[in-house]
Amino acid sequence: MNISRREFLQMLAVASASGMSLSACESDKSSAPAGSKSAASPSDPYEIPGFGNVSLLHYTDCHAQLLPIYFREPSINLGVGPMKGRPPHLVGDSFLSYYGIKPGSPEAHAFTYLNYVEAAQQLGKVGGFAHLSTLIKKVRAQRPGALLLDGGDTWQGSGTSYWTNAQDMVDAQKLLGVDIMTPHWEMTFGADRVMEIVNNDFKDNIEFLAQNVFDNEWGEQVFKPYVIREINNVPVAIIGQAFPYTPIANPRFMVPDWSFGIRDEHMQQVVNEAREKGAQVVVVLSHNGMDVDLKMASRVTGIDAILGGHTHDAIPRPTEVKNSGGVTLVTNAGSNSKFLGVLDLDVGDGKIRDYRYRLLPVFSNLLEADPEMAAYIDKVRAPYKDKLDEKLAVTDEVLYRRGNFNGTFDQVICDALMEVQDAPVAFSPGFRWGVSVMPGEAITFDHVMTQTAITYPTVTRTNMTGSRIKQVLEDVADNLFNKDPYYQQGGDMVRVGGLKYAIDPNGEIGSRITDMELDGKPLDPNKEYPVAGWASVAQPLDGKPIWDLVSEYLRAKKTISKIDLNTPQLKGVGSNPGLATDS
Amino acid sequence: MINMKRRTFLKGSVAAGAVGAAVSAGLLTPRVVLAAWPSAAFEAKSVDSALDALMGSHAVESSDKISIRAPDIAENGAVVPVSVTAPMSNIDTISIIAEKNAAPLTAAFKLGKGAEGYVSTRIKMGKTSNVIAVVKAGGKMYSASKEVKVTIGGCGG
Repeated sequence: MNISRREFLQMLAVASASGMSLSACESDKSSAPAGSKSAASPSDPYEIPGFGNVSLLHYTDCHAQLLPIYFREPSINLGVGPMKGRPPHLVGDSFLSYYGIKPGSPEAHAFTYLNYVEAAQQLGKVGGFAHLSTLIKKVRAQRPGALLLDGGDTWQGSGTSYWTNAQDMVDAQKLLGVDIMTPHWEMTFGADRVMEIVNNDFKDNIEFLAQNVFDNEWGEQVFKPYVIREINNVPVAIIGQAFPYTPIANPRFMVPDWSFGIRDEHMQQVVNEAREKGAQVVVVLSHNGMDVDLKMASRVTGIDAILGGHTHDAIPRPTEVKNSGGVTLVTNAGSNSKFLGVLDLDVGDGKIRDYRYRLLPVFSNLLEADPEMAAYIDKVRAPYKDKLDEKLAVTDEVLYRRGNFNGTFDQVICDALMEVQDAPVAFSPGFRWGVSVMPGEAITFDHVMTQTAITYPTVTRTNMTGSRIKQVLEDVADNLFNKDPYYQQGGDMVRVGGLKYAIDPNGEIGSRITDMELDGKPLDPNKEYPVAGWASVAQPLDGKPIWDLVSEYLRAKKTISKIDLNTPQLKGVGSNPGLATDS
Repeated sequence: MINMKRRTFLKGSVAAGAVGAAVSAGLLTPRVVLAAWPSAAFEAKSVDSALDALMGSHAVESSDKISIRAPDIAENGAVVPVSVTAPMSNIDTISIIAEKNAAPLTAAFKLGKGAEGYVSTRIKMGKTSNVIAVVKAGGKMYSASKEVKVTIGGCGG
């Protein structure tokens, strides 16, 4: 049972007395005068006094979650090489102690998987656009001129966004008051649809920025790379950085004429140009993923802050990255509208003198729903409501996806693929979106869509040799565990059904995956095995979408229990702050 | 033989300025441009033998002055954009090699006198490999390399 709002506030007050409160996730620099830490009143933890004269609000990777949801943070997020033990590669207790968050507090629940089910049942759901909207209005009221930045992955991830061709989210962004966005999954609606929205819905309303998207034929920029906005008379440049590997991680055929990439050199040119035009603050709204953001911050000079997303890391305090031009702050703001990042800057004499940053968890039970947004969400869901509310089965265990290897919801999807497609092996993509379902809750079609709603959902059954299977696992593992972040794509390991294997994340490509076994026998490199899958990026396919297959399976099962999680044997990891000690 | 058309061997006699940018693979059929197609070099199965066949030697000195622009991960292995900038004077040739391709030499540009050391083309890559630029200038050979990853893709966050 959810605790009452009053009890919730008491918990926060207790946490506050011991030095923690929602707003204590701010990063007070040591230079800040004593006593400047905002004293959050227990009556409203979201009353956060403004600071400085330039404020930027940031949410990212909401994945079209208009309603409050449950979202379990990972218990495994391994960092390899220089990334080991460094944000964002911290989970559980390591995360709490690094950031000084009190175990058992609401913040500990928001930022980690610890004691997940019990805490979620107590504290309730998170996010939701109506609640996020209320929070944004509260925070904006104390920060005149603040801009609202959307880091992308907004149009994709729900039944309604799929069926309305992203229109539900486009209109929700406008209602929420988004000023600027940069894309990733937006591209999977196809280049034509993207341009239609940018040139019509967003015209004179929302800036759609990407410094790293070029037309293949002429090498011209497809989107505006940056804008300069005056905030309280301070010229502030915002530069967009789209997900660099969109045509690789997602279907090339959706954006056949556009080239992406990280493009450091061009980023440097854009930063320099913005400075020459008088920008006193330069901020990158990024969909790089946090490891890539950190590397970029070390190489490109003149950026004050990179507000990042893509890897769904909820990071309470900015990482200060030194480079030859000074210091760049790197923040990442989580996912699923579960968090709102607030960056307050004190700008004077043409430069930043001090800053505050907070990543506010959006506890839906602590925020009234904004009536206008709530009414909009009801309206947009109404035509699909019966379909979305269908109870397909009941789960006895918590279902979730996030983590380097199979989550329980992935396991259900893999089991469904193997059973319905009659294949001994299943592959399901290592996406980082998809909501959690509590034990005892009904799994609805809505839940299934949060895990599967993509524009290339067709299920497949392919014969693959043992050596080809190994190659696929090696390739994906290298996209996740390459020691150079510029070679990472930001998803998690492909979810595997049936096949057992071992992985050494610290290895090199070709040597990470070993001990592959099917039904107790070593995988034969030359033998062909049927492999069930979905989300093929190679070419458009006609056929059954994954959500229909999973729904069929769930309806037939009625109850999901005793999930046998097929996670690989880890080699060479030892103790790693990115690995839960109790898992 | 079909393979040849996908690769480039251009002579820089068309202009005294920067050569190659516009005249990239596909716009002109190499054999039309060519005086003599160095088939032994383009059919060679290793980097060293390709260089031997093309330039009579594979004694190269690595140089950090040569800059290679290519993606970290190829968006499409069939057309990987690669450009090479070399500050040396008196450049004779710039060659581009995909180390792990079955036949590694993918392009060789013969620059005209006084041409700037800049070429740009698109190459085909079968798998993840170093892309090597070899610049011959003043009778010496210099090289630099950059890894370009070719991956199956999918599974992005």
